[in-house]
Amino acid sequence: MKTFSISKTVMYALITIYSALSLLPMLLVLMISVTDEDAILKNGYSLFPEKFSLYAYKLIFTGGSQVMRSYGISIIVTIIGTMLAILITSMAGYTLANKNVKYRNLLSLYFFITMIFSAGIVPWYLMNRSLGLTNNILALIIPSLLFSPFNLFLVRNFMNGVPDSLRESATIDGASDITIAFRIYLPLCKPVLATIALFYGLDYWNNWWNAIMLIDSKDLYPLQFMLLQMQSEISMLNEMTMLAGSSDITLPSESVKMATAVVTIGPIIFLYPYLQKYFVKGLVIGSVKG
Amino acid sequence: MEKKQRRGFGMLSDIRRNGTSYLLVLPAMAYTFIFGYMTYPYMLIAFQRFNYSKGIFHSEWIGLKNFEFFFRSNKAFTVTFNTIFLNLLFIVFGTLTALAISLILNELRKRLFVKISQSIMLFPHFISWIVISYVLYAFFSMDMGIVNKLLNQFGIAPVNWYTEQQAWPAILTVMHVWKGAGMSAVIYLATITGIDDTLYEAAEIDGASRWQMCMRITVPLMMPTVVILSLLSVGKIMYGDFGMIYALIGDNGTLYATTDIIDTYVFRSLRQIGNPSEAMAVGLFQSVVGFILVFGTNAITRKFFKDGALY
Repeated sequence: MKTFSISKTVMYALITIYSALSLLPMLLVLMISVTDEDAILKNGYSLFPEKFSLYAYKLIFTGGSQVMRSYGISIIVTIIGTMLAILITSMAGYTLANKNVKYRNLLSLYFFITMIFSAGIVPWYLMNRSLGLTNNILALIIPSLLFSPFNLFLVRNFMNGVPDSLRESATIDGASDITIAFRIYLPLCKPVLATIALFYGLDYWNNWWNAIMLIDSKDLYPLQFMLLQMQSEISMLNEMTMLAGSSDITLPSESVKMATAVVTIGPIIFLYPYLQKYFVKGLVIGSVKG
Repeated sequence: MEKKQRRGFGMLSDIRRNGTSYLLVLPAMAYTFIFGYMTYPYMLIAFQRFNYSKGIFHSEWIGLKNFEFFFRSNKAFTVTFNTIFLNLLFIVFGTLTALAISLILNELRKRLFVKISQSIMLFPHFISWIVISYVLYAFFSMDMGIVNKLLNQFGIAPVNWYTEQQAWPAILTVMHVWKGAGMSAVIYLATITGIDDTLYEAAEIDGASRWQMCMRITVPLMMPTVVILSLLSVGKIMYGDFGMIYALIGDNGTLYATTDIIDTYVFRSLRQIGNPSEAMAVGLFQSVVGFILVFGTNAITRKFFKDGALY
């Protein structure tokens, strides 16, 4: 029995270490963000701040900063985009699950084809350009994410599980398809709607692809893209100062950089309990059986 | 002939009968049409010298010149090799780590511990690669990074990691595993949970140890899932993770030799060099090979695991 408990201890230790490693890097970023700037410059990055300071956060949250503006853009895009995407997906899902619709399988195929065969990024870019989806907020909302066939099939499969007798009795009572879809089906499908809401929401929040392809104006940078630009501008400025030997360009301080990264994951931590619950479900449905 | 006519009539009458249902699916159909089907013709620009102002119908046709340009350059081999090599590293190490975690978690019976460690492991999955690039910078920065500080303690001179080509396949693999293994472990654990309990009960009566049960029951029964998921990843081996590579490497040209993949190459040709036709030619090469691989691996999957195939 003794060897048994040793192996158990080892297993507990391994999992604990792996969990710690999952969290530690983020903790490091958090700690740098609350470290005094001079202490960072003197000692380098450290998990244990020598001198505590909230200067970076004060700077970020004072009005008019680029971070706050990008935060606003990201929030607007995520909310509007997610709501539109859920609406479109659930409406289409209702039709594909409606057994009165004779050609629902043909419709499924229509969506499925684009899911397995995509033309790639160049046609996608040229299409957006020709539609005028560049340099405006719609370019962050409409292309590529507004609707995903994968989520549509998730909704359809869930709605297939709703008993048909429900629709029949509602029809006999004189309800129209609109009423049945919005008053009966959608409330019954809350779990799957929550799942796709999280899929879409997280996609929108973490998306910077649309911005890197279609946005040039700084006013429209979403948070993630602003973060990317900040990193590449710093390395560029670093090279320039090295070449020119001058140091009159002020770089964003180390703590501000890391603080921006921390506030970018803020909403995710807030949503985390829900995220985890639904993602596990959605992932198991989605990945094992396409 | 008559049959065909009846079908057409049938569709019209079906639309009339279920008009509202068809109305509900219309927005999704329109979206799919515009961003799916209508983008296909643009693939033709791979055979053109595409000019934005002239458009797809009036640009000059140049045959296979764009492909020639790409395949004659030494870049073709580098980016194709990097894409496949990095993906192989990700698949092998990602699968092994996730498998190990799920097997261990399955042995641990303290539910609270399993639950908490699981939610912690999932955390990296929800973070964007851009935020992770900041994490990476905290580790590998030349003068302030943790790694160089540690090296310093052992008396080793600091390394400028952002110019070390050879180190990056390893760094990228570690980051990829770090971000995704927790998530894959959850899928594997779900598969383990689905294994029939009576098998374990029978084994216990026969006096099998936990280790034997794990090796003789759990692992073999998980293999179909593992193989299916790996084959699906192999099918997508021509597609690199642009989000990851671009966020972590960016436009750092000194690292291209080991980190530049087809997707980042296409992105640069399109957006930075501004040659959409060459970008499309490379993209088409990727799509065609990718398409063959996806269908090939799927056929294999279907042959060996009847209900495992994706389509």
